[in-house]
Amino acid sequence: MIYWEILSYAAWIVSGLLLLWILVDAISVSREFDEELLISSREGVDEILDEIKKEGGIK
Amino acid sequence: MTAETSAAENPQRISMFKVLNPFHVWALGVGIVLVGEFMGWNFSVAKGGAYGALIACWVIGLLYSCVAMIDSEVTSTVAAAGGQYTQAKHIIGPLMAFNVGLFLVMAYTMLEAADALIVGDLMSAVAAATGYEGLSPQPFVVLTIAFLAWLNYRGVFMTLTVNFVITLFAFLAIIALFIGADPLNPGNILRHSDLLTELPYGWIGVVASLQFGMWYYLGIEGTCQAAEEVRSAGRSIPLGTIGGILTLLVAASLTWYVATGLMPWQYLGQAATPLYDAASIIGNPSLQVVLFIGTMFAAIASANGCINDAARAWFSMGRDRYMPTWFGAIHPHYRTPFRAIIFLIPIAVSFAFTGLLDQVITFSILSGLLGYTFMSINMMRFRKMWPLDVIKRGYIHPFHPIPALVLLGLCAAVYFATFLGYGASLLSIMAFYIVASAWFVMRRYQFVKRGDQFTMPWPRPRGY
Repeated sequence: MIYWEILSYAAWIVSGLLLLWILVDAISVSREFDEELLISSREGVDEILDEIKKEGGIK
Repeated sequence: MTAETSAAENPQRISMFKVLNPFHVWALGVGIVLVGEFMGWNFSVAKGGAYGALIACWVIGLLYSCVAMIDSEVTSTVAAAGGQYTQAKHIIGPLMAFNVGLFLVMAYTMLEAADALIVGDLMSAVAAATGYEGLSPQPFVVLTIAFLAWLNYRGVFMTLTVNFVITLFAFLAIIALFIGADPLNPGNILRHSDLLTELPYGWIGVVASLQFGMWYYLGIEGTCQAAEEVRSAGRSIPLGTIGGILTLLVAASLTWYVATGLMPWQYLGQAATPLYDAASIIGNPSLQVVLFIGTMFAAIASANGCINDAARAWFSMGRDRYMPTWFGAIHPHYRTPFRAIIFLIPIAVSFAFTGLLDQVITFSILSGLLGYTFMSINMMRFRKMWPLDVIKRGYIHPFHPIPALVLLGLCAAVYFATFLGYGASLLSIMAFYIVASAWFVMRRYQFVKRGDQFTMPWPRPRGY
């Protein structure tokens, strides 16, 4: 049935476009922003950590 | 070093968005797992019969309840991506952390590949049912991975909101199947009195079925990976995780009850899509459609959650220099670990293209099992090094150390069960991790900046 063949080709094309979009965006972001900024994240903090400090939970 | 002082030293610091709530955490954990209810769990029936599968369902349910409780307590103090990897880094040490990180990445990437393969196979089955034989699943495998990777790339909030919707649909499909089976009138549709038999292979069959009992719950521990992006991790992670394991215990029990009341164990033990088959036996076309969509959604939700979790584990290892720091980058607009997401796409596609669903799943299960073994040791050390009066938890699990000991004992039983069926796979996977550990110790650890990897404002551990 031709319908399934068209669907298969459409799946390949949409996949290719999505992956291409991801790659182009990643490359442009890597060029536009400083590498030090991109890798600057630290392990998170949370509200409960503030509570710990307020309550003197960290000794 | 606290976050405040870090920020003061380097004001231009980016981090992940804290936008998730307990429902997203639930969707992440249950979403990864629920596909196991639609297919896979029933292989335990082939090993141990219907009653053996029920024992496996509840024994492994106990194992995962321990996992959920332990994870909830530890993660409620570690508001960081990486989940068990980050826990291992803080509580045990670098080599264990490297291995746990690798367990996570391998377990989730393999599972993602298997999920995509299921979507492809379902599409082929639909094509065959409409008269088109031999449709290749490959374009649909790639489309599944590409679309979900794109979704993950664009932001965690939309990714896990989609997961919540499709996971809820899949869970409601199981409830609809249970109601459709008319459980209040035993013998009308459900015929347990005719179909339930003695244990076909005795108790050794029950032990062997434990390995496949893991399909009911494999991946619920993935909730921890959301810790850095959830609002109030100390409360949301325990809520989402405990809610998730309760959902899965209900779903697993209902799944077993309906399927074993409709199909003889000899058929059920080798069925590819047992819940869809159950809906077909009931003979309600609407229910069949709901179960088909539920199966598809469950596989997609699982792959989606796996991309989320594998990328965060890989990103965390890059951030700590356990892997090249290039992977530790966050997208400045979408605030996602974009390079880790991209890097894992071809790996998942490669695994999926092998078509070896059972081997891929076995590798995933064993990697998960190695992680659970670590968690029992981790919990014992955590309570010893940071007792309850030293560091506040968002959740404290009861009866310590019983859950940790039960978890360790059940992991040993599942190793034995796996050895019975997949001894060569078990040994080759162990060998893989030993070689990877040797590479880390001899080549990679020299790049790790030991002080920089500990940024949580925890007190000094007792005894140090």
